[in-house]
Amino acid sequence: MSDTLTMVGRCVRLSTRNIEAMMTALFLPVMLLLLFVYLFGGAIDTGTKYVTYVVPGVILLCAGWSSATTAVTVSQDMQGGIIDRFRSMDIGGVSVLSGHVAASIARNAASTVLVLGVALLVGFRPDAGPLAWLGAVGILLAFVLAITWLAAAIGLLAKTPEAASGFTFFVAFLPYPSSAFVPIDTMPGWLQGFARHQPVTPVTETVRGLLLDLPVGNNAWWALAWCGGIAAMSVILSAVLFQRRIR
Amino acid sequence: MGEPLAVEATGLAKSYGPVSVLAGVDIAVPQGTVFSLLGPNGAGKTTTVRILATLLRPDRGQARVAGFDIARERRQVRRSISLTGQYAAVDELQTGEENLRMMARLAGLDRRAARRRAAELLDRFDLTGAARRRVGTYSGGMRRRLDLAASLVVQPSVIFLDEPTTGLDPRSRLAMWQVVTDLVGSGMTVFLTTQYLEEADRLADKISLIDAGRVVAEGTPAELKQRFADQRLELHLVDGSAYEEVVRRLGPRAIATNPAQLSVSTATDGTALHIRALLDEVDPDHTAVRRFAVHTATLDDVFLALTGHTATSPEKETADV
Repeated sequence: MSDTLTMVGRCVRLSTRNIEAMMTALFLPVMLLLLFVYLFGGAIDTGTKYVTYVVPGVILLCAGWSSATTAVTVSQDMQGGIIDRFRSMDIGGVSVLSGHVAASIARNAASTVLVLGVALLVGFRPDAGPLAWLGAVGILLAFVLAITWLAAAIGLLAKTPEAASGFTFFVAFLPYPSSAFVPIDTMPGWLQGFARHQPVTPVTETVRGLLLDLPVGNNAWWALAWCGGIAAMSVILSAVLFQRRIR
Repeated sequence: MGEPLAVEATGLAKSYGPVSVLAGVDIAVPQGTVFSLLGPNGAGKTTTVRILATLLRPDRGQARVAGFDIARERRQVRRSISLTGQYAAVDELQTGEENLRMMARLAGLDRRAARRRAAELLDRFDLTGAARRRVGTYSGGMRRRLDLAASLVVQPSVIFLDEPTTGLDPRSRLAMWQVVTDLVGSGMTVFLTTQYLEEADRLADKISLIDAGRVVAEGTPAELKQRFADQRLELHLVDGSAYEEVVRRLGPRAIATNPAQLSVSTATDGTALHIRALLDEVDPDHTAVRRFAVHTATLDDVFLALTGHTATSPEKETADV
């Protein structure tokens, strides 16, 4: 446990000192929000103000992008000599990776606060009590945790940081064919099935529902099941892969 | 042979697919000594270190490090050793002090003890002035010193140094040698790999020469020099054709040929009898050899005698031997 805390300290420090990555993590989400609201928003009819519709989607999209950073930094760690030192000191893989995951959560928390702030400035009006906010934050946290652990596993699996970054492209694209940016009804029929049953949709629907005081239905359970499943699978995979690297 | 062994390996073998990296390596290092595994790039030095440090499983063979079996008692081995690899195992974005404190915390020291230990190590490795600078701004020599300091946050009983001076300038190399010498003074066993003969010669109590995954010779530096090359006769020839003639007559005995300087060396026992006979043999007309000199052999000569090539890059070594 103390190893994990030390690793968290390490990764948060490394993360705040990587200025370019930090800037990207903070400002890309805001740019995307403004892009969606002002460029695409006018052309998309969601029945509400578009900014109100799109905020959860932008947050999830950015969590996806940010997970690429985790995959790349894990992969860089694996290439450098420091992992050998950690291993020869008998530090476990889950401790090492927890550091990266915690740093990612910190980055996401900062960018989410920033996105919400800007969204409020440009007309986002949530209608949620403290409990609903808590719920929304919890679901977002579960999502970030799940895809970051997945990214960490990918970082272990990838042979080079470039490859790691490539793999996560897929994660970053997942929010597009979901209800994050446009209503699923407007998609071609063959895509609707996928869009309705992929993890981003229940997460988006839950967060949106909680923030706007709309019925959430089963979406919350689906969201938690997806996130829990992905996270559990990724943690186990990571632990195995970390050991395996001792060939 | 009563001394306990800090490292004891028998028949270590490792292949990657069809490529055999280690082909049965035996090593015995008594406690409190400096052992050097000497060999060219790709000889299997790093693989050996990684196996002994429990980072890699051998295909065959056994080893005990600090008395523990590397396969069955991995955890105990890890508690008894520290490893400084070829690539600096420190974070460039953290300061020197932060790196050391992190390692000390991971080694089990509490916050206050970690801070104190970091300060001690920074002082000992002459890094106090740079303690609060990010490692990214350090010179190569400083980075290596920090890296070594990081592997000493707790006193290991065996320390592995994988090519600790590769890529360092001569002054940093000398400083590193001093550090290694001091380590042994504190009772540690040092397992060092190097491709520099001079380094092994200077530091090691015992050397194993490794080439293509096999130990080709072992002994103290003095023993090796005596056993394999003892003395070296260096001949300076009058012209190019004389040079070629002498090299041809020496055949495989010719070592350290240097056409540009018209010089060639060969092994000798250093007696007048042998040198006279050699000169008569390679230069029957007494016209080819302009000057000669007898040198005590270097480890380069040993290496050459054993493997047919020098330990480091051939063009450089043959030029300045």
